[in-house]
Amino acid sequence: MSCRELVALVTEYLEGTLPRFERLRFERHVAVCPPCRAHLDQMRETIRASGAITEESISPSARDDLLEAFADWSER
Amino acid sequence: MEPHAPVGERTPVDESALVEALRRGDRDAFATLVDANSRWMMRIALSHVSSRASAEDAVQEAWLRCLRGLDGFQGRSALKSWLFVIVTNCARRRAEHDSRSVPFSELVRREAESVEPEPLEDRFFDDSHRRWPGAWSTFSHGWEALPEQRLLAREVAGRIECAASRLSEGQRAVFLLRDVEGWSSEDVCNALEISGSNQRVLLHRARHAIRAELEEYLEGGEQS
Repeated sequence: MSCRELVALVTEYLEGTLPRFERLRFERHVAVCPPCRAHLDQMRETIRASGAITEESISPSARDDLLEAFADWSER
Repeated sequence: MEPHAPVGERTPVDESALVEALRRGDRDAFATLVDANSRWMMRIALSHVSSRASAEDAVQEAWLRCLRGLDGFQGRSALKSWLFVIVTNCARRRAEHDSRSVPFSELVRREAESVEPEPLEDRFFDDSHRRWPGAWSTFSHGWEALPEQRLLAREVAGRIECAASRLSEGQRAVFLLRDVEGWSSEDVCNALEISGSNQRVLLHRARHAIRAELEEYLEGGEQS
């Protein structure tokens, strides 16, 4: 497996969708190629950092409005 | 990390019981549902509109539509896939510039099937290179020397959000749901009505774009 091929397959590998034989080729390449190992680590770190992003929910007043709307809806 | 370990998988709740409770008028059930889902719905809405206020309006509207449509909800799709479609439509309607003639799902499918060059193509030696055919010509550096706090810092989150905002619609939707929200790939495919392989194509392009942004930031832009 070439470095280029490895970069193209990195998402399939991380998603666990590479066929067994391809996975073994992938892992054999990573074992002997430091730049590809670094690349794979970077992709994992990218996913980890992305999963750590937080977002605020709707405001308490918007939530209250929704619960009120629900009460109206359930009395229909 | 094992290659097969899905990122941030979450346990499904018993949805038919939940929907039943809503139909009965169980206010606590609705509050639980709103609390469990409004945060990611805000994120999706924010990826279409430009202000928090208008994102919040879109999320509120989505919940009202959800209630109105509840009696017709068959449970064929997961509740959150359904919520995703509703909140996306509400937010897109609010975003003035959207191309309304093309349905979102169609847009995502077209994009997944479009042909784009592989990322990082410029960083490899040519296949005809005498000594290193197809090998890295510009090395990637390991990031393991970076302190944990730096990688998970607010600033990194800001760079990721900024890079995500420049992604195409399909890539952004897949990235936000799969990597940021940690949905299973099955849930992402259902919400976006795309195949698993199309989903991975979009995710692949998105992750490479985000990685490149972090590389520029973490390595001080020494590689262009």
